[in-house]
Order: sequence, then structure tokens, then C-alpha cells
Amino acid sequence: MRRYSAFAIAREAARHHLGWERAWRSPAPKARYDVIIVGAGGHGLATAYYLGKNHGIRNVAVIEKGWLGGGNTGRNTTIIRSNYLQDPSAAIYEKARSLYETMSQDLNYNVMFSPRGVMMLAQTQHEIRGYQRTAHANALQGVATEFISPRRVKELCPIINIDGPRYPVLGALWQARGGTARHDAVAWGYARACSDMGMDIIQQTEVTGIRREGGRVVGVDTTKGTIGCGKLGIVVAGHSGVMAERAGFRLPIESVALQALVSEPIKPVMDVVVMANTVHGYMSQSDKGEMVIGGGADGFNNYTQRGSFHHVEETVRALVETFPIISRLKMLRWWGGIVDMTGDRSPIISKTPVEGVFVNCGWGTGGFKAIPGSGWAMAELMAKGHSPLAEEFSMTRFREGKFIDESVAAGVAH
Amino acid sequence: MLTFTCPYCGVTACETELSPGGEAHLKRFGPGSSDEQFEEYLFLRPNVKGVHFERWRHAMGCGKWFLAARDTATLEVFGTYSAQTTEPPADIIAAIRAKRPDWSLT
Repeated sequence: MRRYSAFAIAREAARHHLGWERAWRSPAPKARYDVIIVGAGGHGLATAYYLGKNHGIRNVAVIEKGWLGGGNTGRNTTIIRSNYLQDPSAAIYEKARSLYETMSQDLNYNVMFSPRGVMMLAQTQHEIRGYQRTAHANALQGVATEFISPRRVKELCPIINIDGPRYPVLGALWQARGGTARHDAVAWGYARACSDMGMDIIQQTEVTGIRREGGRVVGVDTTKGTIGCGKLGIVVAGHSGVMAERAGFRLPIESVALQALVSEPIKPVMDVVVMANTVHGYMSQSDKGEMVIGGGADGFNNYTQRGSFHHVEETVRALVETFPIISRLKMLRWWGGIVDMTGDRSPIISKTPVEGVFVNCGWGTGGFKAIPGSGWAMAELMAKGHSPLAEEFSMTRFREGKFIDESVAAGVAH
Repeated sequence: MLTFTCPYCGVTACETELSPGGEAHLKRFGPGSSDEQFEEYLFLRPNVKGVHFERWRHAMGCGKWFLAARDTATLEVFGTYSAQTTEPPADIIAAIRAKRPDWSLT
């Protein structure tokens, strides 16, 4: 693999950009791999990457039904933060956030990580108490956050209307090292690094069945034939339930649609990420100038990757009061993704009843921020059979009642 | 936008007038049941991609819970029926079969 650098740009400019290599190979599948990962989204590719980088397992294929990064990796609002209440969550999300800091150098691919700061507005007395508690918990967990005053909110983000009649801003939980990154670049960077390690990324290939012998996985049936494997990682987000059924077990997961939208591009007006959980809206401004807006999830099971108009209306109506400046913006694009929700709104990184099959899912509405940490933990679990970061996220926790209850902690899906 | 006809008051209502309530026909378990049974009842769902039986409440109308058959992959609604049933009635199954000949109730 030729490294990307300022020198490479100059070199290629001198020869009309004809010398750039393909970022990753598109090989035909081999007959067998040590490890197969189903799903070439951020989490699947990160799992493959850390299997190779941290554990030396490089005979790996990543099989993708559609195209690389075309699911939720390309459909989120790119927010990165780690201000969670519960210890296991804070540990894995903070690991992810810290890996984002060095990802561009690590992958030699510019993921445009921008630690511009994330604030979560407290707009009710309940939220003030909740976020103060989170700030204290974060201090104990070694996650740098603080609870800030409305005045400080206004300083950091002048376009906020802090004394709206319905949704006044009473303070905020502020994580200065949170921010955003280029979501597609995260998938592309991992894919390029995986391909460089000799891993095969096989797109446009659906896994239609999982072959087992004596309670152990031996391979997968795909639309390009049967492929053998030693271990199988299922990292397919919204379709986890469908894949689990093919492997012969069930997951505590329900799939719903989550939607987002972006406005027409405008000049820079805000350089932080603002989340308003009371009204289920969050907003940041992309480098192109578009306001990136995310809303709440639908409440019913849905596989259509379409949002519903009334949810957009709810989100935008509430945000317009907090950000009067956006009231006359036109919306440019609007899309939905299928998110996999667990009962406690925390993910599952776990062994399964089928030996050799591992599952990484349940990231729900907040998976993008976790990609490197999730891949790190999943790779460790698959390589060694246990991972400190993944330990509490076992799928058996629902039976045992050992929830990691972030839905109660945050008061909303997140 | 989804529209359902409430089987109790007869009003055809859109999604904003209703509250979703998750999967229908859950087998409930009470005191004395095993951990596996409770896990099954509380958390494990088939999460079907296709024909799904589910609960809805006519929250902004008559307030009653009712059941519906809907395709989660296309959002097509096959019909609604009373919540006082333990399995989908014959006319709902016929309506689904008319549009999904390969489908079977598992």
C-alpha cells in the first residue's frame, strides 16, 4: 500500500492523478478463512482491523450484503462522545473516543476527527440533576466532562436561545474532547488498512445461512457459494435478529428506524455539537456548512430505512425554539437507518450459544461513536475468548438481570 | 405514514394518533417461572423482517389497545383486530395470505 501524504499529493498532481492505487482490493472469496466477519460497516471493519493489528489474525474475510459502509455507518450524525453514566459504558466509549484521537495517523487515512466539544443541554430540573450526576460519575471514571452554566452555554454557542418559554436552557453537560468525524472515511480507512493486511473485503455478497456441525460453526452459505471458517463474527446492526435466526438463536433486539436530516449549507454559525434530549433533537454544522440534525427513533419495528415525517416535524419544531436562526433553512436531504435496540439500550458484545459464533450488536441509536472501541473489544473477545471491555456486555445479562441501564440514565434513547 | 382502523371505535387513525406497544401474543410467565422463561417473555423477540403482529393503542382517540398485522419490511398494514384474542383471527390470516402466498404462521 502506498502511503497517503502531502508528498503523495504533489507526486500525483505532477502526473495528472493517474497513479493512485485502489484503496482496497475486491477479491473473489477463498474456500476458507480463520475468521469471517459478517457486515462491512464501521464495527465489522474495526473488528477485522484489530484482529489483525492487535492479535495477528490476518486470514480474515469481511462479507457485506450491500456496499461497504452503506448501512448505519453512512447514515448517522457522526457525533463522538463518551459521557455515559454507567462504568462499563464509559470505559468502552472512552476507549473509542481516545482511539478516534489518533485514528487518522494510525490508519494513514484522514477521518477528519474534530474534537470540537459536545454539549448536552439540561432543559428541565430533572435533567440538571441527571447531568450533574453524570459529571460526577465521569470524574470517577476518568472521563473529562463538566456541568456548565447557561451563560457558558451561550458563550460556547451564541446562536442558542437560552430563555425559550417552553425549553429554557438551564445548564449543560460539556465534554470538550467530544466532537465529530467523517463517517464514510472511518469505514474507508479501516477497509484500506484491512485490505493492506491481506484481509478480503467481499461486497455485494449476502450471507444466507450459517453452517454448524456439532454445535460449532464451520462456515457460511453466501450468494457466492459456501465459505468455511473457524470463527464467525456477526456485526450487522439492524439485521442482527435475522442473522441470529440463521444461526439458530434469538437476541433481545428489536429493530426500529432512526432518522436524520441536513439543511442547505450556510456560513459557519456553530462550532460545537449540541444535543437536546428533552426534545429529542441534536445538531452540529458539517465542514460543508450543512446543519446536521438528528431526531428520535420510531417506536415500532421497522426495516425500511425510511423516516416518518411527523418525527422530523417534532424534532425541527423543538430545535427552532432553541435555535431561532434555523427557522428559514431549507432541508436538503433526509434519510433513515435501521437501529438495533436492546432492552437496556446498551450494546451486546458476546459469545453465543453456537460455539465459534460471536455477536456485536445492539448499539441502537449511538453506534458510530463506539466504532474503534467496539472493534477493539470484539477482536479481543474473538481472539482470546474474553475481553475486559466486553465482559459486562454479554447477551446473558438480560437473563441474569445485570443490565447496563443507560436508557434510565439518559432518560431517552441515545 | 401508517394508518390503522381501530377495531373498537371504527375510526381510521394515522400513526400520530396511536402509540405503538410492541409485539402481540406474548406468552406471559408469572411467579415460579424459570430465568429462561422470564428472559423469553421480557426480552427475546423474533424481531421479524416481514409479517409482524403487534399492539397499538388508540391513544389520542378511544384509548383502547388493539392488535394489528403489518409488514415491517414494507410498512403494509394487513388489518387490525381485537386485543381480546390469543392468536390472529382467520380473516386477518386470509388477508395476509392473499398478499403473501408463501407466508405461514409459525
